[in-house]
Amino acid sequence: MSAFAESFSTAIGLVRDADPRLARIVGLSLSVSGMACLIGAVFGLAGGAWLAVTRIPGRRALVAALNTLLGLPSVVVGLVVYLLLSRSGPLGSWGILFTPTAMVIAQSILVLPVIAALSRQLVADSLREGGDQLGSMGAGPLTRALLMLVHERWSVVTVLLTAFGRAVSEVGAVMIVGGNIDGLTRVITTTIALETSKGDLPLALALGLILLVVVGAVNAAVALSPGVKRQTLSGAR
Amino acid sequence: MSGQAPLLSLVGVTVRYGALAALHGIDVQIRRGEFVALVGSNGAGKTTLLHALHGLLPHTGLRRVAGGGTSQAMVFQRPFMLRLSVLNNLRVALWLAGVPKAERAGRSREALQRAALADRAERPARTLSGGQQQRLALARAWAVRPDVLFLDEPTSNLDPAAKKEIEAMLAAFAADGMTLVMSTHNLGQVKRLATRVIHLEGGAIRADLPAERFFDEHADRTLRQEPGAILSPEEFS
Repeated sequence: MSAFAESFSTAIGLVRDADPRLARIVGLSLSVSGMACLIGAVFGLAGGAWLAVTRIPGRRALVAALNTLLGLPSVVVGLVVYLLLSRSGPLGSWGILFTPTAMVIAQSILVLPVIAALSRQLVADSLREGGDQLGSMGAGPLTRALLMLVHERWSVVTVLLTAFGRAVSEVGAVMIVGGNIDGLTRVITTTIALETSKGDLPLALALGLILLVVVGAVNAAVALSPGVKRQTLSGAR
Repeated sequence: MSGQAPLLSLVGVTVRYGALAALHGIDVQIRRGEFVALVGSNGAGKTTLLHALHGLLPHTGLRRVAGGGTSQAMVFQRPFMLRLSVLNNLRVALWLAGVPKAERAGRSREALQRAALADRAERPARTLSGGQQQRLALARAWAVRPDVLFLDEPTSNLDPAAKKEIEAMLAAFAADGMTLVMSTHNLGQVKRLATRVIHLEGGAIRADLPAERFFDEHADRTLRQEPGAILSPEEFS
């Protein structure tokens, strides 16, 4: 049997048998990345909206820096968070290194620029269309920007899905700050890395397929939610 | 009427877009209850004057508002609707205008009835036809009970039936005592609705006359010499 066929068969077997270890790993992946996206959304959407309307000196440089951070390597984020949270680091007293909390912090930092940069662009584009009119109705700059996030909420959902995809599929940050501890900080991507290093390629590939299915299921759940479905049917007007 | 204190006045106002003076040395007063039409060819400064009167543009010279404040609203040529229901677009406008929460439902209902959109209250605003969206924009402006309503070519993109509906709404607003300032190319409309006409040319006021005198003494003699710029009432009804 080829490695691909074997990996399919293994993936189906793991899902069919409702493997408790797999369920725990998938659950932790979803909760860590979901929480990171939630935190990233709160700060990223507010920051993106503010950046779309602020006129502070150096705004262009700030936007350029934010766009640069879109390419932030996850291992670098992991390393920085590791240094901050390690015993000798400034936040070492928190004692949260190698816990899911540390993984959430690292992934939040990873998705924050994605959410902020994309939402800034969304808001800026929408303001070009209707910013003056909202202003004439009495909306201040930040109110206009926040209203535009509501206006573009279905695109914001896409931004958040993109961020979730970035978080759930990264391995560098969670490996460094989580440590891939079985039963505690092991997530799908760190398991794939571990199984690959052990030479169990079919199992690693099977886990990769399961990761894709999990991300697909999250996307499908969002796409089939009543608001998004109605919006899609009405042509996103 | 000339004895009344003006609601709004511009004294020696000049508006520049870079090196271009879109308005220069404008002196104009808007008094309560007037229906002022701004006419002139494309680029004459009609929209700029509307925006300057509304206080949306930086300018030199003085812009005076009647003591105690004058509430204003503006309907743009292409009204911007948030991707919300018709009703929620009205609620947002009322919220932005600072209308107390307890009054918003009642005012929204009245505005929808006024615009004959009560049966479409829950529909997404952007799925309405062009004429319906313009009626909603008028209703949205009317709902905040402005002392002065500015209208930027409110019927320019509409079919004759929709134009007629908008004109009926504007006539009703005027009959209620609302002060209206409208830019338009449609002299038929001016003749039907306006009490006073300001003719702009090259960013300056060429004539400022009561509507009847404007058509008796100025329109035919002057405007007919601008082929394609403004048509006579008979030609453009």
